[in-house]
Amino acid sequence: MPVISFEHVTKVYPLPAGDVVALDGVDLAIEKGEFVLIMGPSGSGKSTLLNIMGSLDVPTSGEVTIAGKKISRMSDDELTLLRRDHIGFVFQQFNLIPLLSVVENVEYPLILKGGQNGSRERAKEVLRAVEIAETHFTHKPSELSGGQQQRVAIARALVNDPDFLLCDEPTGNLDSKTGTAIMSLLDRMNREEGKTIVMVTHDPRMTEYADRTIRLVDGRVVE
Amino acid sequence: MTFFDIARRNVTRHWLRSTLAVVGIVIGVIAIASLGIMGNSIGLMFENMVSDVGDTVIVSPATGVGGGKLTERQVSDIARAVGSNDVIPFSSTADKISVGDKESAAMIYAIPAGDIPSLLEVESGSYPKDTGGGCLIGSQLAANSRENGLKLGARVRIGGETLRVVGVLKERGMGFDINPDYAIVVPYAWYSSHYDEDDYDQAIVKVRDVNNIDAVKESIEQKMNRREDTVAVMDTRGILESVFAATESITIFLAGIGAISLLVAGVSILNVMLMSVTERTKEIGILRSIGTRRSEVMRMFIYEALLLGLAGAVIGGALSFGTGYVVTALFAGNADYLFHPTSLLYIAFGMGFGVFTSIASGLYPAWKAAQLNPIQALRHE
Repeated sequence: MPVISFEHVTKVYPLPAGDVVALDGVDLAIEKGEFVLIMGPSGSGKSTLLNIMGSLDVPTSGEVTIAGKKISRMSDDELTLLRRDHIGFVFQQFNLIPLLSVVENVEYPLILKGGQNGSRERAKEVLRAVEIAETHFTHKPSELSGGQQQRVAIARALVNDPDFLLCDEPTGNLDSKTGTAIMSLLDRMNREEGKTIVMVTHDPRMTEYADRTIRLVDGRVVE
Repeated sequence: MTFFDIARRNVTRHWLRSTLAVVGIVIGVIAIASLGIMGNSIGLMFENMVSDVGDTVIVSPATGVGGGKLTERQVSDIARAVGSNDVIPFSSTADKISVGDKESAAMIYAIPAGDIPSLLEVESGSYPKDTGGGCLIGSQLAANSRENGLKLGARVRIGGETLRVVGVLKERGMGFDINPDYAIVVPYAWYSSHYDEDDYDQAIVKVRDVNNIDAVKESIEQKMNRREDTVAVMDTRGILESVFAATESITIFLAGIGAISLLVAGVSILNVMLMSVTERTKEIGILRSIGTRRSEVMRMFIYEALLLGLAGAVIGGALSFGTGYVVTALFAGNADYLFHPTSLLYIAFGMGFGVFTSIASGLYPAWKAAQLNPIQALRHE
């Protein structure tokens, strides 16, 4: 069974000037263990696709199944729990919580899931796996370099052992050397840990890491 | 790490802003507590002054009948009407008095010698008899003996006759019947012969069981005023009740003024928290996208309001003891009223209201934060 599947998914944004069709009958399936790129020009519907895959939004018509669950008619709370338990987000701007230390940022999803039992240890374990030095655990995110912040963000995405990682231009805010290091980390997670990774990017060089690429134009998948 | 921790850190992140919001609550709590204590102390002070006479019915001649006096016959009619309760008729006048070469003026109450013990207590000495030329002096007169020479055993001249002070009365406080603290009490027999009078000004009925006051009043009215109104009957409990109701409304009014200042503080918390929600829109978007539920976001913000409220209530409550001391000492002349349970209740009430106001003010911002659309919130810069 695919981790993510879209069947005739359409997303329409009603605007006063007329409806905007962001996704137009999209069909796709992402299998467990795949590393999939989503590419397309601005306005092609990448963000909408990403939002729906991340269960931040639901389709206007068609059905989306994430981790075996149909999301079309889910309540806000059900969608939130789906994000919490099955999806790991990695953003272009890292999006760590400034108030929390590095280790607390990683621990946070575990606390949401309930119980602090062993959460600190688990957070440290994942931080070590993404190669963050122990001395940085208690620092605030702002005291870390961009590359290190993105590693912490990846650790936070991984800590709940999600069904897939959803990465939105994860190297977009990094210089090329750091970006390559982050890509190697994601690549390693995919190859060694078998993590499913879906990544939205503009950067054609990323295709070398991916098993396949889904291209979007005007809200449709083209191949 | 819990939601409460996160809320605590958010509150301390903008410490100046939080401090100012807390100051608002502190002022509100102090205002409610101090003004409440002030009103309450005034009430307590009054209650202390008049509590002795709550079981008293006063019978006065109806205006314009019989020259404004109660006759001996009317008094015995009243005595029959009230059964086993004591009826104490009295007259009063003011006269010049002299002790040795010291001259002054005093209020003089004349009460039948046998009735004096049921109305008044002596602090020292004994009660006077109908014969023998004895009299009692009020506690305040005795306290000023240096100026007026009145003390136990002194000889006091009233008109042309000399009376001996055989007893000093216990302090009684302000009353609705008689105020003997600044007066001389003489046996009615002496008064009657000295001033050549047989009638009384008023009669006091001491009701043994306070619950019977209405029945006693009723039976006096029945007996005395059947054909025409010859007497006016008044019970002190009714007067007291209206006085207490008045002091209570003063207290509520004062505490209400305090509550207004707390409402202002609530608005400032509302403002601070709305600002905080706007500033943290992106952060809320992150929290929501990684799986924080609406109710959890809401909880985080309500905890912040709760923390501000608790800080304000605790500080305000502690400071209220200081301001409470000052207002009771200033307005009631006795700071002991501060430690009266009802006064302390105002401090607790002020604190509770402070916490309540904070949480109530935090509800809307918290709800607003929880309703943010995570996609739009994430895009917010």
